[in-house]
Amino acid sequence: MSRSDAPAAPAPAAERFVADFTGDELGAVDEVRVSEKRSNLWLDAWRDLRGRWMFWASAAMILFIVFVALFPTAFTQVPPNDGCILSVQNQTQADELGVPIGTKISDHGPLPGHPLGFTKQGCDVFSRIVHGTSTSLSVGIIVSIMVAVIGIVIGAFAGFFGGWLDSVLMRFGDIVFAIPYVLAAVVVMSMFLHDRNIWVISLAIGAFSWPSTARILRSEVLRVKNSDFVMASTALGLSRVRTMLAHVLPNSIAPVIVVTTIGLAGAITAEATLSFLGVGLPNNIFMSWGNDISAAQTSLRTNPAALIYPSIALSLTVLAFIVMGEAVRDALDPRARASR
Amino acid sequence: MSEPLLSVRDLQVGFRTQGGFVDAVRGVSFDVHPGETLAIVGESGSGKSTTAMAIINLLASNGRITGGEVLFEGRDLAKVSRREMEDVRGRLIGLVPQDPMQSLNPVWRIGFQVEEAIRANGIATGKRDVRKRAVAVLREAGLSDADRRLGQFPHEFSGGMRQRVLIGIALSGDPKLVIADEPTSALDVTVQRRILDHLDTLTSQHGTAMILITHDLGLAAERAEKMIVMNRGRIVEAGPALEILRDPRHPYTKRLVAAAPSIASTRLESSAGSGAADSGASADGGIDLAIAARAARASREAAGPPAIEFRDVTKVFKLRKPSGIGSVDFTAVDQVSFQVPRGSTLALVGESGSGKSTAAKLLLQLEDKTSGTILVDGKDTDELSGRETFELRSRMQPVFQDPYGSLDPLRNIGNTIVEPLEVHRVGDRASRRARVLEVLDQVALPASVVTRYPNELSGGQRQRVAIARALALKPDVVVLDEAVSALDVLVQAQVLTLLADLQAELGLTYLFITHDLAVVRVIADRVVVMEKGRVVEQATVDEVFANPQQQYTRELLDAIPGRDLLV
Repeated sequence: MSRSDAPAAPAPAAERFVADFTGDELGAVDEVRVSEKRSNLWLDAWRDLRGRWMFWASAAMILFIVFVALFPTAFTQVPPNDGCILSVQNQTQADELGVPIGTKISDHGPLPGHPLGFTKQGCDVFSRIVHGTSTSLSVGIIVSIMVAVIGIVIGAFAGFFGGWLDSVLMRFGDIVFAIPYVLAAVVVMSMFLHDRNIWVISLAIGAFSWPSTARILRSEVLRVKNSDFVMASTALGLSRVRTMLAHVLPNSIAPVIVVTTIGLAGAITAEATLSFLGVGLPNNIFMSWGNDISAAQTSLRTNPAALIYPSIALSLTVLAFIVMGEAVRDALDPRARASR
Repeated sequence: MSEPLLSVRDLQVGFRTQGGFVDAVRGVSFDVHPGETLAIVGESGSGKSTTAMAIINLLASNGRITGGEVLFEGRDLAKVSRREMEDVRGRLIGLVPQDPMQSLNPVWRIGFQVEEAIRANGIATGKRDVRKRAVAVLREAGLSDADRRLGQFPHEFSGGMRQRVLIGIALSGDPKLVIADEPTSALDVTVQRRILDHLDTLTSQHGTAMILITHDLGLAAERAEKMIVMNRGRIVEAGPALEILRDPRHPYTKRLVAAAPSIASTRLESSAGSGAADSGASADGGIDLAIAARAARASREAAGPPAIEFRDVTKVFKLRKPSGIGSVDFTAVDQVSFQVPRGSTLALVGESGSGKSTAAKLLLQLEDKTSGTILVDGKDTDELSGRETFELRSRMQPVFQDPYGSLDPLRNIGNTIVEPLEVHRVGDRASRRARVLEVLDQVALPASVVTRYPNELSGGQRQRVAIARALALKPDVVVLDEAVSALDVLVQAQVLTLLADLQAELGLTYLFITHDLAVVRVIADRVVVMEKGRVVEQATVDEVFANPQQQYTRELLDAIPGRDLLV
């Protein structure tokens, strides 16, 4: 089947076809057809978010967690630290708990008014979880904001101005990045043995986790700063700082928002990790999930509930923020929007 | 012989989108006979690519064929299974993709990718046979030293070489039909011509039929026997290619022909005496570039010092060596001198890498020159203070190539246009607003776009916004860096006409940077041809077109598709 000789003769003369003129072929050239809906990146993202149940579920969850953190007493009247007893000593306590005198309360199971039982110290598990919410959440939010601010400032300057500033900032970031944050935080927290508080632990975690945010922002800035619209504003006479603030940053911030929401979950976990390792917040002043998980490990076999419930609270919170982060990321990414 | 190889009957294709189901192709029918070349011509969104992709079932995942038949040798390809389709692709129907830069996998060697195609199509089996065949494919694709080339990576190949590889891959299965989707749009003009010549040679040697998809009427008429003109998913005119070009019958085709710069250049003389309206808009609402060209020519050069003068300007970039240590000098602009008289248009022409855009950036003070002198209005830009440079920026405005990249996507049109006024502290709020509306009116956009965002506008409209922003400060000089290259023919003609009108009205001076000599003919007064950073020729447009002095200029002229077809 050689085909080399197939089309020797010219193709049969094609007949001429002219479609009927319907009139709609000749609309005004490049007619302006704008939809009534205003739209831009953020508005489109919001429209997209509105339609996602994942967004609403995680938003409801987060709102609930914030509410718990702000008003813990709306959920439990039992103090988390005071009045913890190892065993029932007198009749008042016996009446309150509905158990005979001499009952061991440490690691005891649920009793009326104490739905999740007691810790080794005889404190109410449910109350500790509720009161621990604010610590865990505060640490998460403070760390996230800190990481976002440091990351944005360093990433923006490194990416936009480039040159030696870029090299210095990014190498500095690499050095920080190379230190495992747990190790670094352990060192920092050991320095503040006696005055540990939410700010100190947030600083200890945040100071070592900004390099990845800075890298992400820097790469976005590098992409955006080569856009024609940035060159156009330079040609207009905009100063470099103003170009960066007005045009480059707003167009490169989206991924940082996403990373930050996901990072919030990471910060809560980090606080729990540090508390678990015993270098977190003092557990007699600050209720925190990490503290409780850490304290409960010794009685894992006898009273697993004291470990499991705070872990569930931690997991659900982290899950809510990760789901929120994913939803926001998908909404901000036009490609992810289109493929849905 | 009269049995068609491919027969498309009443093809309908639709896409599922957020706004519902959209019909992209609405009842298209045509035949392709063995060995014949058919061109499908249309603007973007006309359904030409969708038609071609529907034939080999490579539609995007949200698209599907909703009706009609695609009969290839009597078999309906719209109904075959995915398995059978895989056999058809490559072996019976080859595809030459649009963008050679994106169509080769950068992490695999060229050889691997050619061999992969050969193996997938079952042309050869066994390591040695496949290798031998791959060498033959590359050799046929016109790459010398094929053995060595197989071991190289895509980034070591130029755009033209990559397209040769892709053509080679498309033809490796010796298919009966090749679909070439804008095969040369992403390439330099002279390379474009060579690639098309090569594709022509190969398909006629093998007796392969070809469907050539293009937006360029001239190119279609030059390369194909038959032509289909599509508009909004329908065929508006079909028939012998040359006949359609010489005698368009459908109003839409007439409009396309009138707007095509490559063809307009020869129409210039014919309609020059016919005395139509002064603006480029002709009676039927279409745009005749020939008239626009005359409007541009009517703007006479004013007296006084030239608006722009380059004297021996050189720009050397320091490139990092591949080893990472030390640097090598790369001279992007080499001793360039030219003058642009006030109120005239100078076209800076050259292929990519010729230094034309760098020259524009030097003028706009976006890059620092290495040596030489740039004078604006007779003043040396080196001697300007910071304040004067800032003022200079207000009198010299750029319009860039990419209509999708040149506007900040997060700012609405009003804020975009008002920005230069704010930066230069011109007027108060009310007068700035009035100025925004005024320039929008000058670029023929309705006032309602002020609150809109760039993604709601088409490419041509964005480019008009970019022009409006450039005009806001009432500049003397506008630097147009490939400002119309990314636009469809009709829109391109519209923007060119607008530019010509604005020049006549406002006495603007244009530095027009382009790779497309066809456009130069209708807009420019003088041409500077650049090659590898040097000026190889400069003269008036008529001189260059009538009597090019340099081989390189002649090549550029020859590369205008369809240039000789209408004489």
